[in-house]
Amino acid sequence: MANAVALRVEGLHKSFDRLTVLRGIELEVGEHEVVCLIGTSGSGKSTFLRCINLLEPIDAGRVFIEGEEITAPGVDVNRIRQRVGIVFQAFNLFPHMSVMRNVTLAPVEALGMHRRDAERLGVELLERFGLADKAAEYPDRLSGGQQQRVAIVRALAMRPDVMLLDEVTSALDPELVAEVLNVIRELAAGGMTMVIATHEMGFARDIANRVCFLDEGVILEQGSPERIFSEPQQERTQRFLQSIIEAGRM
Amino acid sequence: MTFGGEAPEKYQSLPQGSYTPPTGDRGSKILAPLRAEGARGVWIAVVSTVVFFTVIGLAIVNSSGWPAIKEAFFDPEVFWDSLGKILEKFWRNIFIFIVAEVFVLMLALLLAVMRSLAGPVFTPLRILAAVYTDLFRALPTILVILLLGFGAPSLQIKGVPHSDVFWAIVALVLVYSAYVAEVYRAGIQSVHPSQVASARALGLSRRKTLRFVVIPQAVRRVIPPLLNDFIGLQKDSALVAVIGYTEALRQAQIVSAAEFDFTPYVALALVYIVITIPEARFVDWLVARDQRRRQAAGGV
Repeated sequence: MANAVALRVEGLHKSFDRLTVLRGIELEVGEHEVVCLIGTSGSGKSTFLRCINLLEPIDAGRVFIEGEEITAPGVDVNRIRQRVGIVFQAFNLFPHMSVMRNVTLAPVEALGMHRRDAERLGVELLERFGLADKAAEYPDRLSGGQQQRVAIVRALAMRPDVMLLDEVTSALDPELVAEVLNVIRELAAGGMTMVIATHEMGFARDIANRVCFLDEGVILEQGSPERIFSEPQQERTQRFLQSIIEAGRM
Repeated sequence: MTFGGEAPEKYQSLPQGSYTPPTGDRGSKILAPLRAEGARGVWIAVVSTVVFFTVIGLAIVNSSGWPAIKEAFFDPEVFWDSLGKILEKFWRNIFIFIVAEVFVLMLALLLAVMRSLAGPVFTPLRILAAVYTDLFRALPTILVILLLGFGAPSLQIKGVPHSDVFWAIVALVLVYSAYVAEVYRAGIQSVHPSQVASARALGLSRRKTLRFVVIPQAVRRVIPPLLNDFIGLQKDSALVAVIGYTEALRQAQIVSAAEFDFTPYVALALVYIVITIPEARFVDWLVARDQRRRQAAGGV
């Protein structure tokens, strides 16, 4: 569906000590494409996302962002990370800074943006996601949903080419999930390229252009949401979706 | 911890901001149980307190040696006379511990950061910081003051003051930096690895992550123990007396010798008490205010 390739991963391997987590991931994500990663806990979804922006050193394989290999030796990782935003399950906002400072820290300190411009951008983004009145608050005074929306805004403030979302609703109370999912829907509508690890199958079906089923460190099966959810080919995919249905989560 | 952002994956799922530093309402805790007891409890508390301290007071006052002690330690005339002279020299102590504290806070932070650096390249720095802390925590402060205060001025190093008090301050800075470095290091280690990970993920360099994310959080958490060491330093400024520098303790010794009376020591003791207690309350207030600002009224 997309013309240019935003993200390409070739033969990505990663292990922690003796535990092998990723065994050769191959993935290509087009510009403006939304890819959802599904799979059991421990299938390597989080590790995969963390490898894409080099938070984890990889053992083998290559990663390209907009055609540039970021795994090549001598690449400035800070510059790469500025182009790839990541949002974590546990928000990880900076508790000693106001919401506005959380959002503007990286644009000012990493991109060298003028503080006033960064704050203008911050106000704009916070307004867009209904957080304008929280700019002066500290993270601990916000609800989980608000904190996660701030974390998304914080990543967006770097104007990334690609956003990686790592189970961003898993730490939230059920009634707070919708507000965060709506933010992601709006990002998708705005054309943001995203790779989303999620357990929200309904959401994945709804938003994804493509769904990838991760199993034992490889992408076992991928395709349109309709195909993956209605007629999965692999036995493991079928079993995984069956267990999700039995748990009442789809 | 490392600053490389290679936080173990398992930490990612832990909630943030769950650490609550002590609020430090130490004073009120003593009286707090009374609230639950009601009027009868308050009466019992008052009576038992009055009886307890009266008995101790009477025992002291009626002991056979009391008149002599009263004469030697609590002579009002000597007290007021010596207090003025001691206060005059106490400014020197204030100068010593303020100057020393400023340098301690900087040197100790440098040491703590050196010791926390990840990466094989930094091994010599880590070793240096570790040896430094081990060495200066092992040495008695008074010994370092004697060695530097008497030894270093004779070196006549160019461009460095030759005064003994300069070297005494250096000695205090060296010793206290070792302690305070450990306090800072504990604070740095208490900052969750996921904080580093998210700062690095935003494209901040190691140095900026340390400066904007790790150190500010670490320092906030260790303010109460930092105050502890500051009070220690404040009191140890009296050790400078051993090299013959006339600060408050030396002054008290001089007056005491001239008057054949120990009251000057009591006067100096009171001076230390009077300046220390408000400091502790002030820091408690600072910590509580910082917390109120960051957290919802109901607490965590």
